[in-house]
Amino acid sequence: MGVDVQVTNLTKQFGKQLIWKGVTLTLPAGEISVMLGPSGTGKSVFLKALIGLIKPDEGSIVIEGTDIASCSEKELYEIRKLFGVLFQDGAMFGSMNLYDNVAFPLREHTKKSESEIRDIVMEKMDMVGLLGAEMKLPGEISGGMRKRAGLARALVLDPEILLIDEPDSGLDPVRTSFINQLFVDLNAQIDATFLIVTHDIHSVRVVPDQIGLLYHKHLAMYGPREMLLSSDEPVVRQFLNAQTIGPIGMSEEKDADQLAAEKDMDLPPLPPIPLQMEPSNGIPRRAQRPAGEWCRLNGVTPPPGSFTREAEHASGHQS
Amino acid sequence: MSLTAARVVAPIGTAGKLFAFALDVGRGLFRRPFQGREFIQQAWFIASVTIIPTALVAIPFGAVIALQVGGLIKQFGAQSFTGSASVLAVIQQAGPIATALLIAGAGGSAIAADLGARKIREELDAMMVLGIDPIQRLVVPRVLACMLVAVFLNGMVSVVGVAGGYVFNVILQDGTPGAYIASFTALAQLPDVWVGMIKALVFGLIAAIVAAYKGMNAGGGPKGVGDAVNESVVITFLLLFVVNFTLSTIYLQLVPPKTG
Repeated sequence: MGVDVQVTNLTKQFGKQLIWKGVTLTLPAGEISVMLGPSGTGKSVFLKALIGLIKPDEGSIVIEGTDIASCSEKELYEIRKLFGVLFQDGAMFGSMNLYDNVAFPLREHTKKSESEIRDIVMEKMDMVGLLGAEMKLPGEISGGMRKRAGLARALVLDPEILLIDEPDSGLDPVRTSFINQLFVDLNAQIDATFLIVTHDIHSVRVVPDQIGLLYHKHLAMYGPREMLLSSDEPVVRQFLNAQTIGPIGMSEEKDADQLAAEKDMDLPPLPPIPLQMEPSNGIPRRAQRPAGEWCRLNGVTPPPGSFTREAEHASGHQS
Repeated sequence: MSLTAARVVAPIGTAGKLFAFALDVGRGLFRRPFQGREFIQQAWFIASVTIIPTALVAIPFGAVIALQVGGLIKQFGAQSFTGSASVLAVIQQAGPIATALLIAGAGGSAIAADLGARKIREELDAMMVLGIDPIQRLVVPRVLACMLVAVFLNGMVSVVGVAGGYVFNVILQDGTPGAYIASFTALAQLPDVWVGMIKALVFGLIAAIVAAYKGMNAGGGPKGVGDAVNESVVITFLLLFVVNFTLSTIYLQLVPPKTG
C-alpha cells in the first residue's frame, strides 16, 4: 500500500511573483513527510499542485506513471481517486450533516448499497472518534471536530496518498497532539503515503519520517527527520528550533545590517532530537526506523541527550 | 505602457473566460449522470425566492403600461385597441425584462452567494479532489433550473401583467371590458408569446452562468463573496439589456407585425 510521489523541478509563478522554483523531491511510499516553511512560502500552493488544483509552470509530478502537471482533465479526475485530502478547515459541505458528508464520495463513486455505506462511514467515524455526532451539521461543531470529520471523509475511499493542510491551525496544543497521534496511528493502519503541511515545530520534530523546508522560493532541504534535526545549515537550524538568530527575518529575509549585527552572536546549541511518536498500540509502523539509525549510518553525532524521554519534553519549550 | 495595455485588454480576457466557462457548462450538460435531485431542489429554491417578488413587480408593470399606452391611444382615438397594445407590450418586453430583473436579482445573487461561500470554504476544491466536477455536479443543475423557472416566471408575469392592465384600464380609465379582451388578437400574434418565452429562456441561462462564474471565482474571504454577488448582478443586468435589444431587433426583422 502507499505509492511514491516523484516531484521534479517544479516551478510556479503567479503573474510576475515567483512562488517557488526547482522543487525536486520524492515522497517515499508509506512514509509520513512534513513540509514546512515560514508563512507565505507557498506550502499550500505546493499541496494544491500535488492534487492538480493548480497547474505548475514547469516540472512534473509523477504518480504511478501519470504526470499530474501535464495529464488530461479526465486522467486527473481518475488519479485523484488515489488521494485523500484534509483541507485547513475540513472543507465540509455545509448543507449536509456529517454522515452525508462522509458518505458523499461513496455515493458518488461506488455502487455500494446504503447498508454497506453505513458500515464504512461508521467505521471511519469511529477511527476519528466522532461516533454519535453523525447527524450534526458542520456549522454546529468545533473546529477540531470539523477537521476530524474532514479526515474521515478523506479516508473513506481508502486513499494511497493522504495530503493534510495545516492540521494544527486553530487547535490547542492538546488537540494538536491528539490529531498527531491519530495520523501516526492511521499510517500504521493503512500504510498510505502522508504529506503534512504545517508550521508547528513541535509536530514537525516528533511526527514525520521525512522533513522538507520551503524557504525563500526554493526547497531548502528535504530528507530524513534526524538529518534535518541535526543539521547545522543556518536556515534549517533557525526554523526547526524557532530562533530569532539566523537568516530568516520578520519579512522573509533579513537585510545585511541585521545579519552583520548578529555575526558575533553565539548560536544556541542544537536541542536534543526527541523520540519519534509511536502508534498508540505500541506496534511500530512499517516505515518507522529505529531511533538514531540515520545518525549512526551517516556518522553524525546527534546533540547530547537525544532520543531520550527528556528530549521529547525539551523540544516543546524552545526559547 | 505595457501596464496600460494590460489594463485595457483585461476585460477581454474576463469575457473570454466567461465564455469558456459557458462552453464548459455546455459540455457538462451532456455528461452523465444527470443530477436530477439537485436540479429539482434548485428549481424549487429559485422559484421560491422569485415568485412573490415577480408577481408584485408584474402588477404595477402591467398597470403602468396600461395607463401610459391607454392615455396615448385615447389621444389617437383608437381606444378599442388598448387591450391589444398592452398585451403586446407586456408579452414582448415587460414580461421578459421583469423576469430577467428578478431572476438576476433574486435567483442569480443567491447562486453567486452560495457558490462563492463554497469556494472560499474550499468546498469546491474538496469536491474536485474527491473526483467530482463541480460544474457538472453544481452548476449544470442550477443553470437548467434557472432557465426553467425563468420561462415559468415569464408566463406568470404575462398573465399577471395583462390582468393588471385590464383592471386599470377598465376601472381607472373607464375602458370597456369587452373591447379590451376582444382586441387582444388584433395586433398580438402567437410568435409574440414564443419570443417572450425564448427571451426568458436565454435570460435565465445568462443570469445563471454569470452568477455561477462569479461565484466560483470568488476570492479573498467573505468580502470576495460579497463582491462576486454584486458584480454578478451588475454584469447580468448589463448583458440582459443588450441581449434583449438584440433579440427584439432580430425578432422584429424576422416576424412582420400583424396588420389589424
